[in-house]
Amino acid sequence: MTEGAVAQDPVRAVPRLQLMGIGKRYPAVVANADVSLTVMPGEIHAVLGENGAGKSTLMKIIYGVTRPDQGEILWEGRQVDIASPAAARRLGIGMVFQHFSLFETLSVAQNISLALDDKVPLATLAPRIQAVSEAYGLPLDPHRLVHSMSVGERQRVEIVRCLLQSPRLLIMDEPTSVLTPQAVLKLFESLRRLASEGCSILYISHKLDEIQALCDKATVLRAGRVTGTAVPAQESARSLAELMIGRELPACRLAAHSPGEVGLAVKGLSIRSDDPFGTDLKDIHLEVRSGEILGLAGISGNGQQELLRALSGETRAPAPGLVQIAGQDAGALRPAGRRRLGMSFVPEDRLGRGAVPELSLAANALLTGHGAQMTRNGLIRFGAVRDFARRVIERFQVKCGGTRTLAGSLSGGNLQRFIVGREILLGPRVMIAAQPTWGVDIGAAMLIRQAIIDLRDQGVAILVVSEELEELFMMSDRIAVIADGRVSQAVAVARTNVQQIGDWMSGGFAAGAADASALQSAA
Amino acid sequence: MARLEARPEPSRRMMLVSPLIAALAMLLTGAVLFAVLGQEPAHAFYVYFIEPISTGYGVGEWLLKATPLILCGVGLALGFRANVQNIGADGQLTVGAIGAGAVALQFPDAQGPWLLPLMLLAGTLAGMAWAAIPALLRTHFNTNEILVSLMLVYVAYLLLSYLVHGPLRDPEGFNFPQSRMFQPAALLPLLVEGARTNGAFLLSLAAVAGAWFFCDRSFAGYRMRVSGMAPGAAAYAGFSEKMNVWLAFLISGGLAGLAGVGEVAGPIGQLQQSVTPGYGFAAIIVAYVGRLHPLGVLLASLLMSLLYIGGETAQMELRLPSAITGLFQGLMLFYLLAADLFIHYRFKPRLQIVVPPHPRGAPIPGSGETVP
Repeated sequence: MTEGAVAQDPVRAVPRLQLMGIGKRYPAVVANADVSLTVMPGEIHAVLGENGAGKSTLMKIIYGVTRPDQGEILWEGRQVDIASPAAARRLGIGMVFQHFSLFETLSVAQNISLALDDKVPLATLAPRIQAVSEAYGLPLDPHRLVHSMSVGERQRVEIVRCLLQSPRLLIMDEPTSVLTPQAVLKLFESLRRLASEGCSILYISHKLDEIQALCDKATVLRAGRVTGTAVPAQESARSLAELMIGRELPACRLAAHSPGEVGLAVKGLSIRSDDPFGTDLKDIHLEVRSGEILGLAGISGNGQQELLRALSGETRAPAPGLVQIAGQDAGALRPAGRRRLGMSFVPEDRLGRGAVPELSLAANALLTGHGAQMTRNGLIRFGAVRDFARRVIERFQVKCGGTRTLAGSLSGGNLQRFIVGREILLGPRVMIAAQPTWGVDIGAAMLIRQAIIDLRDQGVAILVVSEELEELFMMSDRIAVIADGRVSQAVAVARTNVQQIGDWMSGGFAAGAADASALQSAA
Repeated sequence: MARLEARPEPSRRMMLVSPLIAALAMLLTGAVLFAVLGQEPAHAFYVYFIEPISTGYGVGEWLLKATPLILCGVGLALGFRANVQNIGADGQLTVGAIGAGAVALQFPDAQGPWLLPLMLLAGTLAGMAWAAIPALLRTHFNTNEILVSLMLVYVAYLLLSYLVHGPLRDPEGFNFPQSRMFQPAALLPLLVEGARTNGAFLLSLAAVAGAWFFCDRSFAGYRMRVSGMAPGAAAYAGFSEKMNVWLAFLISGGLAGLAGVGEVAGPIGQLQQSVTPGYGFAAIIVAYVGRLHPLGVLLASLLMSLLYIGGETAQMELRLPSAITGLFQGLMLFYLLAADLFIHYRFKPRLQIVVPPHPRGAPIPGSGETVP
């Protein structure tokens, strides 16, 4: 904990940032209502809340991206009007976004130079980057091209970019979602050093353990309002969770179960990626038995996308036998053919991939349900489509106005329930779920996980690909890791731990073959 | 000052009302324009919009001009829904006319009832073949179908020009660049005496009905719509992108070719240096004014056709310049696009700084960041 800077003389200490009664309405939702928050100099302040609680809107207001409808912002005791991100940066506010926007074909220094408000020649910028990055334990080579860097390293570029402007408040939006557990510890060290020098940090997250390990204070948001403030070190994970979701944390049950025959098998699959910045799949072996959940962990960008496409049939395998579904060669089949063998698939993106936002839920049921007697002689059977959509809505408690509701008008959690429900009700023998609870609030996430576990208990072979280790440990029978296009051995959950899987995520399972870029994300 | 705010979801009412607002605004601007040109607006409107269709013959002309617009517009609308941007319908129409004309000229003495169906088939297939070129290039080499289909329009014009100057020229035509007149058996039957509307109009109505059925009921139509709205979802569901491009081009090309047959086997009655005043391009406007819906395309075609023939009447009776037709078409499209803003936005009457909603991942001006 960084006590030093916070424990200043209370009379003299002026809060670095004070929000008073901030409100922001959007046409359909109240994003923030009467939000007040105080950040002291050198304080690491957590903003905790589920997805959709209004954290991002609040940060956008502080960073000048969005204007509040109500309320006041005080910066070092002075009332300010933050009109733009440039104005925010002039005040000394920096922000590291969850999704980076770096040019892959440019070097680190070029990228940073483009983002700076003042034009600094590259020759003087490069040594400054090196100096700052080393001082904070975030080593970076200013001349390296971004496309060769891991996600963790790219995040460093963004952090160093902010640090170059000597911020007095750094906003970090869910920074650990792209890091291995080991890299998270490294990041925390850097942040503590920064805070000890007097820089305040606003740390946005929904991960309770991180907040307990890092933050001095926490402000908890629920449905756009502050539901409490806490000193995380003095709270239990349970009490924080209750502040965050308003009730006790639900749990899901994974009963012991003996798996049956092989449902999905991948036998030595290698595919070169078409995308110059993609990942080649290298000699992948996988086996998922019916009645078991195999969890596939890994940092994003390590070949998950490519593997999922090869499994769904969007990319065909070089030989039919390399992918087998329910004992049959499926490598040469397109998605529809693989679905006919009994495979169903929950993709990682809800909107625009798992569902068409401009179409009704009924029409979205047809998207993958067309094999299940929803068409006849090339014509759509609307009755069957509506019935199926209605069953999905009822079984999975999708909150919506009915089968005519547009998919795009549903909240993330609701739509995800619809998509997972659709894939489950199609009665698969093999199911692949990519990031099944990404961006979904905890309540809905538990419901989705339990539904997948119930499917496993009915004897379906399930592969869950996720970046959330906690989730994989909660619901998997066995866990494997994907790193740089290779997949590790699968191990029973009981025989491994977060530490080992974390090592593997940075390529540790194939020490000889793992290349430098994969290793560096943990360095 | 009023500010715009995004609607939580697109307004269905506005989608239907917006063409009406656009038509009204077009008329208002037209009134001002007529006044400036020294015309009594009420009289000018009468001459422009009422007089042309006040006689049976006039109504016939109205439907006659609407026919190629309907045929091309329906096909293009299906393609645009699937996000396949075929803007070369005028070329496909021209090649369709060549196909049908070549059949008629090949059998100068044929009188049988088989001739006309053969011409219709030849024209449709020729239009499809012309549309197959951009489809093939797009699916195999990933070329841009907008450019290729557009450039092929001019190739088609030149092809027709070459044919009527050479191989298909009427030997007894005093070297005029046109073919001989088709025999009566090669002409589409007229629907009623005293008007030039022919059987192609019925074909266009059938195309509207067929397209409506295809869009709303068939699984193939559903696949095309999904491909247009969300290519990622189409790939996930296993709908073939190539099939989507091929279907869109073959349908729109075939219908455009059919429109070409309707022209040469109808009012023109021979192959000439030009067989279209740009119906294939006007059909792009028609498709969008008609909200990419077959029924909407029918109504929009009737409006556009009225603008064509009204413009001609206005030129003759009021001595207005011929640019007046294009001007009204342009006004129509301009106001429609403006009114369409209100499908996704609405006024919020309050004095406030406009903050455009930043979509996730959009670049923030003046910084390297994007909105998270």
